Amino acid sequence: MTAAVRANPWMNTAAWRNLFRDRPLIPLTGLLVLLVITIQVADPGIVTLPWCGVILRASVPLAILGGCQTLTMLTGGIDLSVATVASMAGFVTATFVHSPGGWVQGMVIAVAAAALAGLVTGIGVGVFRVHPLIMTLAMSFVVLGFANVWQLQMVQTGAGVPGELRWIGSNTLFDVIPYSLLVFVPLTLLILLGLRRTGFGRLLFAIGDNPVAARLSGVRSPQVLIVLYVISAVLAATAGLVISGFTNTASVSLADPYLLPSVAAAVIGGTSIMGGRGGFGGTIIGAIILTVLTALLTVLGLPEPSRLIVFGSIIVVVAAAYTRVTSES
Amino acid sequence: MTAASLAARRRALDAVAPWARRNAWTLGLVGFLCLLLVYTKLIQASYDSSGIQGLAIGVLPLALAAVAQAVVVMSGGIDLSIGSMMAFTSVVAATMMKGQSQEFGVAVVLLVLVLGIVLGAVNGALVVLTKVPDIVVTLAMSFVWAGCALLVRAAPGGAASEWLRNLVLGSFINEWIPKSAIVLVVIVAVIWVPVARSKMGLSLYAIGSNKLAAFRSGIPVGRTKLFAYALTGLYSALAGLSLTASTGIGTPVPGPYTLMSVAAVVLGGVSLAGGRGGLFGPIVAVVVLQMIRTDMTFLSIDSNYAYVAQGLILVGVVMVGSFALMRRSRA
Repeated sequence: MTAAVRANPWMNTAAWRNLFRDRPLIPLTGLLVLLVITIQVADPGIVTLPWCGVILRASVPLAILGGCQTLTMLTGGIDLSVATVASMAGFVTATFVHSPGGWVQGMVIAVAAAALAGLVTGIGVGVFRVHPLIMTLAMSFVVLGFANVWQLQMVQTGAGVPGELRWIGSNTLFDVIPYSLLVFVPLTLLILLGLRRTGFGRLLFAIGDNPVAARLSGVRSPQVLIVLYVISAVLAATAGLVISGFTNTASVSLADPYLLPSVAAAVIGGTSIMGGRGGFGGTIIGAIILTVLTALLTVLGLPEPSRLIVFGSIIVVVAAAYTRVTSES
Repeated sequence: MTAASLAARRRALDAVAPWARRNAWTLGLVGFLCLLLVYTKLIQASYDSSGIQGLAIGVLPLALAAVAQAVVVMSGGIDLSIGSMMAFTSVVAATMMKGQSQEFGVAVVLLVLVLGIVLGAVNGALVVLTKVPDIVVTLAMSFVWAGCALLVRAAPGGAASEWLRNLVLGSFINEWIPKSAIVLVVIVAVIWVPVARSKMGLSLYAIGSNKLAAFRSGIPVGRTKLFAYALTGLYSALAGLSLTASTGIGTPVPGPYTLMSVAAVVLGGVSLAGGRGGLFGPIVAVVVLQMIRTDMTFLSIDSNYAYVAQGLILVGVVMVGSFALMRRSRA
């Protein structure tokens, strides 16, 4: 790709800028390839097919949670309740392992509870016009509280991550392809097609781009937002199930470390927090970039503190680059 | 009652009424807090001055964090790195004070305050220069400052100077007046009152209220924003110092302060859209939240329901607020 662009004599800075703005996936993929090359140089022979599988497996939950942020950020919102909803779903499912209904019953209950939380959030944001930041923050307190109460109730019965979830979350086909793709690929197709091809997807962009214009042109924003936050919560619950299978643990704070990286993945992927611009494809690559970056910093022998510092700096730099490219047109 | 005294009374009322209307939210919060205190005394007769002291020390770090958040929110921004800045300044203070003299401790405090201003200014400069939304920049910087905190000290430890500990522990003059409450009032008054009365304070509200209008009236928007973030950094450093003072050590892992400070600011009547609110409201909101927790303990309700209650209160209050605003704009 790069060679083709260089060979083209008409390509100048403006063209580059347009390329970044209209096709953010191309420079993002370039960044990803650059990171993979760096890690290969830093530790020759590390980049193998199984390694790619490991990276992919670790990226899946982050990408799903990043999807929650992408969808809500498209409307100018944000979902700070994804981590607690995800943990709650993983935990509730695990507590039903020894019950007569089995873990499937637990999973149904967990997803239903998540959907209920999303419904309440959506009503707050859509109907009562509560700022999404506040509404989802408050919902995360509520969900955490109920999850803790549930934990105390279930202390005697014991909990365990169901084998099926462990299989989905941790196992790989031929040591390469993680089984979590069985969940992730259909979800991705649904989100991508939903955003590109359905009216609902267009409405999300419309609300984020200009809420007043959207309302005046007859968009029923409250309904759209309610459905959106329910979808986000169900996605978060799905991610929680994958995470509990991936880590083989179930706790009410399991997914907490994913909250800020999920926002970061969406931002790096080119979704604007102001709404109206972005997409899920970028978020997936953003999640993979963050995972590879973490791996690279580990390979370089950087201790945890330096890793955090580099992590944060890169988010600022990438976000600044996006703002530069998109604002000066 | 003579006509003259009636007229005097009406004049006094006329003077008070607009003030009361402007501060209705905060007054309501204070009233609610008083009710809570009375209720606490009713359900727990043994709740006395020691309870008040515990309350004052317990709320100090979060109250300062809420003040830090309030300043930047009033200017139209938001700072998600407050918890990390607190952790960073707290470990720096605790690490440098360990095994040192009391006088050296004073120097450390001053140094940490300067550090806080620098951290905040870096946040502000990045927001102004990159034009990236505040929430993204400060979210990213929360990683950076948390990493810096871990660089200073990988595990909780260190020590606080004796005088710093004595500054917040215990009571002053009367056992009903906790030292930490005095400290809080003094810190907020000494820094905020001069700022709020200055041109800078007015600019701060102006850019929060309407950035474009402020710019066109000749207010240096970038510089004011930078100032607001630096002030937030200073208050975060004070919050970090209060953590060190009340626990006696420094902890490199950020507590729940960032998100709780956002909640307290909203409860305290500061609009997330910027340009409105004060610092007193968020402080009262923090005390109210802590009181609700305490009461739930006294009522032996599962403390986890406190989370639920906090979330519900947050949503309920915001809904009432936006509803009132809608009615006012319709009228």
